[in-house]
Amino acid sequence: MSTGLYSTDKKEFSNELNLKEIKPYGDTMNDGKTQLSFTLPVQCGDEAIEAAKQLMKKMGFENPQVVFYKELTKGFTFFNCYGSCTHNIDFTTIVVPKVDTSVMTMDETDEYIKQNIGRKLIVIGASTGTDAHTVGIDAIMNMKGFAGHYGLERYDMIEAINMGSQVLNEDFIAKAIEMKADCLLVSQTVTQKDVHIKNLVELVEMLEAEGLRDKVILCCGGPRINHELAKELGYDAGFGMNTYADNVASYMAEEFVRRMK
Amino acid sequence: MRESKLGLDFTKVDYAKQLAKNISNDVQTFVDSYSTVAVERTLCRLVGIDGVDSNEAPLPNVLVDFIKDKGMLKHGVLFLLGNAIVATGLSPQEIAEKTANNQLDITTLPLYDEEKAHKALQPYIDSSIKRIAGNRRKREDFIKNNSEGEKPYLYVIVATGNIYEDVIQAQAAARQGSDIIAVIRTTGQSLLDYVPYGATTEGFGGTFATQENFRIMRKALDEVGQEVGRYIRLCNYCSGLCMPEIAAMGALEGLDVMLNDALYGILFRDINMKRTLVDQYFSRIINGFAGVIINTGEDNYLTTADAFEEAHTVLASDLINEQLAFAAGLPEEQMGLGHAFEMDPDLENGFLYELAQAQMTREIFPNAPLKYMPPTKFMTGNIFRGQIQNALFNAISIWTGQGLQLLGMLTEAVHTPFMSDRYLAIENAKYIFNNMKSIGDEVEFKKGGMMQSRAQSVLDDSIALLKRIDEESLFDAIEKGIFADIKRPKDGGKGLSGVFEKDAHYYNPFIELMKGKR
Repeated sequence: MSTGLYSTDKKEFSNELNLKEIKPYGDTMNDGKTQLSFTLPVQCGDEAIEAAKQLMKKMGFENPQVVFYKELTKGFTFFNCYGSCTHNIDFTTIVVPKVDTSVMTMDETDEYIKQNIGRKLIVIGASTGTDAHTVGIDAIMNMKGFAGHYGLERYDMIEAINMGSQVLNEDFIAKAIEMKADCLLVSQTVTQKDVHIKNLVELVEMLEAEGLRDKVILCCGGPRINHELAKELGYDAGFGMNTYADNVASYMAEEFVRRMK
Repeated sequence: MRESKLGLDFTKVDYAKQLAKNISNDVQTFVDSYSTVAVERTLCRLVGIDGVDSNEAPLPNVLVDFIKDKGMLKHGVLFLLGNAIVATGLSPQEIAEKTANNQLDITTLPLYDEEKAHKALQPYIDSSIKRIAGNRRKREDFIKNNSEGEKPYLYVIVATGNIYEDVIQAQAAARQGSDIIAVIRTTGQSLLDYVPYGATTEGFGGTFATQENFRIMRKALDEVGQEVGRYIRLCNYCSGLCMPEIAAMGALEGLDVMLNDALYGILFRDINMKRTLVDQYFSRIINGFAGVIINTGEDNYLTTADAFEEAHTVLASDLINEQLAFAAGLPEEQMGLGHAFEMDPDLENGFLYELAQAQMTREIFPNAPLKYMPPTKFMTGNIFRGQIQNALFNAISIWTGQGLQLLGMLTEAVHTPFMSDRYLAIENAKYIFNNMKSIGDEVEFKKGGMMQSRAQSVLDDSIALLKRIDEESLFDAIEKGIFADIKRPKDGGKGLSGVFEKDAHYYNPFIELMKGKR
């Protein structure tokens, strides 16, 4: 074990939480302790370890420590490291745009739709473009749902149509017209070289060309999507990691009612 | 006498296999009278046609499309090619080139004696057969003179999009201890009705499967195999609209493992079921002859359906896939039937159920190198827990003697694997495989306990499902959404227009030469 991890040296920092200057927390307020791992394209050796430490200093870490290293193959060395972050963030000034609705349970949403809309909402979902991953759209739409959150197919007041994966934007729009959809859900999982952005933007442009953009509630979702990005791309809402059918259904119901007014 | 640790009744297993055989026979009756554009392009490749025209269209596509447009495809490409060789004295390659340049119309040549036409093809046929058999021998010799990894083979993927970058990653993985390198295909390739040509350096989420890329990677793995003294297997994807073509290209370039599953394509790529079942038959004949281990995709059912509730659909599909493979002459030793470790980690005793199912699959297919898939659906980005999930998966694999171990990456659901992710996965598997090596020989399961009951009920449910499928047909069952909760219509999906009924002149000597042979 490298020295320093259990160092009892007096730390010259305040142990008080200051939301204007927050830092990573290891076991003491403001210790800045951070774990990171990376691979450098160099042969293993003392020089490689020194390079890793110097790199961490450049990243803003004090007392950088390489606790494990291993040459993965000739000319590539992997490091596990710890260090104390010297940077801080003013937490009090952080602003993140969010989907502006409350999150209701499935029963509450069904009841809300019954009371305020009086008919089923028609929702079409798909993983569009060349994306073959259905895990995202299935998590939101399948009866069974995901992680204990039932999917839209289980909602009494939602008519949910899951078109699956690799659906062309053209076919998606054709289905929306055929079913007179109220809401469209697009899932994008593959994000290599930003292929998802191109595809998402194309859908918006095609909906606009068809004069449909304002007639539907348009949402996108995926592990690398957030609400801010969605708005930027011309969507009404975006759903990223750790959002479930509850979030999507609540939003769609409330947004639909908002638009009725 | 077969013994079961799970108290499985083997008369039930035999009954299940008989039901699956009935289902497979019904499919085969259909398959025998049909061919597809992909099968015809495969035949072009097997008589030496390769390369592209001035628009980058592969010559096998050019020739087959030309014949199709003339309405002559029902006779089969080899009937016309054989006749054209007799008529012109040109080679198949020259005939394809002249067709591409509009210098020749092989559909209007005078017809010669059929036997003579068949004979004219013989040298080209023999040359491919010889080359494929030679590749097989080369693999076997390498293993005899050096070694191969012990089962479960450690299987990792590379997916950079650039074949030359893939080579670096693959050689690194081999040095770290991998036995099988799978080059993931670029997103969407399964839906292309042609195989791209040449070495490629651009792809999304993977690298194009091309014959040149196969050759580049095979050479790289042979080099690193010599260096580490161990044969390194190369895996690619013989699925989608070019299924048999990829099989042929893989056989010609010495690939060792191929994903090869029509059911997967039907359900997850919306490929027409008639098209892909006909394609699968010929591709499995080729894979069988080339000594290629096929992998089936049942594990994917559990990414959409629940792994506990739908376990019997995986077994039923494995049983059907086994019979479809037998029908194509593929031996058990080359059947990498798929299953997966995909139960919700919050399920109480989930490990025991997973263990029971893996052991059950092992006992029902005792000679198959089963393909065991790691957790994906419940990988969350919590890489630390992910590493533990993969460890539990590895424990079951060594315990139950799986064949091909697709290594779980701690960064599943985050990104395509880094070099270090692969290292950590291999280290994890090697640690557990060594540390628990003989646990399967030492530990038995409680009679009438949770695990025995679980395995028996999955088998019973599979039999009930197979009975239902047998009463209708596989085609009807898929229409009703029996697998993975996904419904696919018989005449829907991609590629149906490429299916045609064979007429009396139709000629495919490769079935006779390759099926069940080595």
